[in-house]
Amino acid sequence: MATLLASLRSPRGLLTVLVLVLLAVLPLLTQAFDQRYLLSIGTRIVIWAIAAVSLNMILGYGGLVSFGHAVFFGVGGYAVGILSANGLHSGWLQWPVGILAAATWAALVGTLSLRTRGVYFIMITLAFAQLVYYIGAGLEAYGADDGLNISRSRFPGVIDLRDKASFYWLCFVLLCGTLWFCQRFANSRFGFVLRGAKSNDLRMTALGFPVFRYRLAAFTISGAFGGLAGILLANEGAYISPAMMSWIKSGDLIIIVVLGGMGTLFGPLYGAIAFFALEEFLPPLLDLGGKDWGEYWQIVFGPMLILIALYARGGIDSLLGRTEGRRNG
Amino acid sequence: MEYLLLQILNGVQLGLLMFLLAAGLTLTFGIMDLVNLAHGSLYMMGAYIAWTLIAWTDSFVLGALLTLPATFVLGIVVERVVARRLYARDHLDQVLATFGLILFFNELVRVIWGPAGKSIAVPRFLAHTIEIMPGAPYPAYRFAIIVVGAAVALLLAWLVARTRVGMLIRAGASNRRMIAALGINIELLFSLVFGLGAVFAALAGLMAAPVTSVKIGMGDDILILAFVIIVIGGIGSIKGAFVAAMLVGQIDIIGRAFLPDMLKTFLSPSAAASAAPSISQVLVYVLMAGVLIWRPTGLFGQRN
Amino acid sequence: MKIKLFGPATIAAATALAIAVPPAMAQSPIKVGFVTTLSGSQAAIGEDMRRSADLAREHLGGKMGGRPFEIIYEDDSFKPDVGKQKSEKLVQQDKVDFVTGYIWSHVLLASLKPVTDEADTILVSANAGPSKIAGELCNKNFFSTSWQNDQTPMAMGEYLQKKGVKSLYLMAPNYAAGKDMMAGVKRTFKGQIAGEDYTKWPDQLDFSAELAKIRAAKPDGVFIFYPGAHGVQFLTQYSQSGLKGQIPLYQVFSVDAITLPQQKDLALGILGAQEWVNDLPNDQNKRFVADFKKKHGTYPSFYGAQSYDAIMLMASAAEALKGDLSNKDKVRAEMKKANFKSVRGDFKFGNNNFPIENFYIQDTVKDASGMLTLKTVATAMTAAVDPFASQCPMK
Repeated sequence: MATLLASLRSPRGLLTVLVLVLLAVLPLLTQAFDQRYLLSIGTRIVIWAIAAVSLNMILGYGGLVSFGHAVFFGVGGYAVGILSANGLHSGWLQWPVGILAAATWAALVGTLSLRTRGVYFIMITLAFAQLVYYIGAGLEAYGADDGLNISRSRFPGVIDLRDKASFYWLCFVLLCGTLWFCQRFANSRFGFVLRGAKSNDLRMTALGFPVFRYRLAAFTISGAFGGLAGILLANEGAYISPAMMSWIKSGDLIIIVVLGGMGTLFGPLYGAIAFFALEEFLPPLLDLGGKDWGEYWQIVFGPMLILIALYARGGIDSLLGRTEGRRNG
Repeated sequence: MEYLLLQILNGVQLGLLMFLLAAGLTLTFGIMDLVNLAHGSLYMMGAYIAWTLIAWTDSFVLGALLTLPATFVLGIVVERVVARRLYARDHLDQVLATFGLILFFNELVRVIWGPAGKSIAVPRFLAHTIEIMPGAPYPAYRFAIIVVGAAVALLLAWLVARTRVGMLIRAGASNRRMIAALGINIELLFSLVFGLGAVFAALAGLMAAPVTSVKIGMGDDILILAFVIIVIGGIGSIKGAFVAAMLVGQIDIIGRAFLPDMLKTFLSPSAAASAAPSISQVLVYVLMAGVLIWRPTGLFGQRN
Repeated sequence: MKIKLFGPATIAAATALAIAVPPAMAQSPIKVGFVTTLSGSQAAIGEDMRRSADLAREHLGGKMGGRPFEIIYEDDSFKPDVGKQKSEKLVQQDKVDFVTGYIWSHVLLASLKPVTDEADTILVSANAGPSKIAGELCNKNFFSTSWQNDQTPMAMGEYLQKKGVKSLYLMAPNYAAGKDMMAGVKRTFKGQIAGEDYTKWPDQLDFSAELAKIRAAKPDGVFIFYPGAHGVQFLTQYSQSGLKGQIPLYQVFSVDAITLPQQKDLALGILGAQEWVNDLPNDQNKRFVADFKKKHGTYPSFYGAQSYDAIMLMASAAEALKGDLSNKDKVRAEMKKANFKSVRGDFKFGNNNFPIENFYIQDTVKDASGMLTLKTVATAMTAAVDPFASQCPMK
């Protein structure tokens, strides 16, 4: 609590608190102004932020560029979808199964891929993600590539996920939990080893740390949180499809993390907000310039990404000043 | 027998086309350490530029020949404006920036050439079939792809193995800092390699165009496969890219031509017909994962 | 970041309040949301649908039931999640009265519940017709101005059966609609299936391996389903392989007004099935095709015809209710009557709100000016009901 109050004094801290407070009261605002669609965007932002934070655990802190993180959207989502299609609607069953499935898959993939480095690691994680993607696209009993309309997880007497505001708040609480975990994770001994191995894994090995096992553990934890995001995503649309885990979605997640600031606690959240805000508001903005210009928004968005990569290293987070970025990553 | 031969030829043709695309990718990756996602966009631009030039000159050969210098210039421009600034960056910045390039090029094509695709007709002198064996006709145009692809592969092998530029390329792929120390004009070499890669990509695009069609995003689908190939082969290795491309070409054809029949021995015909493409679609990824588990830097990659 | 997000929203909310004053109600515009693909390699289809819907608006004088109406177009980028997002925007933010468009089954399935259930808004599919929505998932808020996926290939199969074709080789991409198409043709074609191949979707560009198999199998005919750009690729390679003169090709959704400019003469003489052809001899169709040609210089496609009909169907309901769309039950009842001049000729809705309609066999020919177009050569099925209607619990 004391650190929280202290952080309020810096502009960065103030902004972070402001963003969190705004996100916390978003359903009230959207209701007051009758802007239900903003709540839909908000829900997507929060869910994607959870996935981005989980990717950041390995990508930002561990330097492991996984190009298959969206696969956990799929594993978590399909766990809910398959159980629900077979008449098992209880969230108390679906959610642990989804998270466990994602963690198990992550552990398996991690064991096989963590021996490779750099681009080889990027590509092997992509390969395993594609494997699951095509399995999903081939599951005819569960809609194959048309996807499957499912009913939302049930938590009788606790929460009704069909209510948009309650669902949003649940996602928000889970995001806060993920952020809290990530903060503990990054500043623990475990996190220090992981970050140390990012800059020099030979030295960490020489110091006697089993780097491979640390990385595998981080990869598994990250997968579990990714699975949680997948469970939420399936419940958000009451729909699952292999498109959830296409490589383009994995690319989007990387963009969000880089855009927001790798290896920083709140970077992925900023990244998610910026990414969805751009996608949503760039086209109407361009439409102001001329009729139907908005349709060509990617001709602006593309060079924007190039400029960010070239001139805004460290992402949005670094624009807010330097200090905390160092402390967290 | 004829059937088997035809299918092998199909695999070779596919492999050579993929090799052209992968060669440029593996060179820019190996020498400049650049992950260039926009390589597929150069493939697409090659096809669109060829469409325009072929319509303009009213000759396939002339249009195709003009496309090569045009895409070389395009490659140089992309290198000077964007790619050059990325060499020293980490791979993530490169992925982000070149992904931006993909979006830009796809929309640019839509603005210039419109949303509908284009088609390039097979040149008249190749619009027939050749009897490679009695009862086994093969399209002459695909035969031409094999001939051109093989010629370019040989040219590239000669270039890398026997010329001064090739020596620098080899040196650069195994040790970037060394060529800098040799006092070579690195900027020029990098521009040249990037432009050359663009030409190969465009050549692949324009040769594929009469078989497939010219459309927006045509390079995105094939890009991932090209990456798979250079990773299997080992980054920076032309030989590796060639072997991997041939391997992937044959595996793809086997998956489509023979797998359904193999599956039919223990599945119902329609189940086999629908399971086979799913399996053959993941086959290359299984191959890549297998190779990387066995050799973490690809078949011919540098060991640390 | 968040503050910026709220700026336009607040203004928009204030404007919305200003508009929603009761006396203005009668003249406030009716809004139609249109979700289609406007970017990427399939954008040409979306463009054709947009042109046709705009033409319908023009023909209606910009009014439905005395109220002005506007069409808001959204791009689904060929992705289900984007389509769903855009559909949500239309019903939640723009508060449209109808949503239509939808080329692809997966985009439609992802968008269905947010539109029909959560927002209780009427959705008219102008193309996609997955079996689930015709059967178990049928919905009182869902209408189709196209067909159920199985129907068009069923018409083709029936025609080939009657024609006495003995054996058929089937090819389609390996995705849900491709499987529906294969299943459809097998429902009515009872001859021998010489072979069936599913090819990779959407990234398979080369059909050489499959064409070699066809050559070895020597069937009487080849049946294909390759929509959009894939149809261009298939026809090109079929002709290059030398098979074109030897084994006749039959198609569904693979040769249309959008692909013809690229397929050119390769498409001549290839028979296909469709519920609408540009030369159907009714007045509404003549007007639609002539005005479309005058404006854009090309023939409209069946995607366009279905989009035109979707707008006309909504207009008929608004007309009957004199522009008052507030009572959804009444709107649904009026929609169900299908009391409008369809460009395919009149049709009725079945219990699952899919059309009961005719299917025709079409051939590719050259018109008087030498432009390639499609021509009706036979009627394959009359007043056809889709095979999933019986699974729909609605009456």
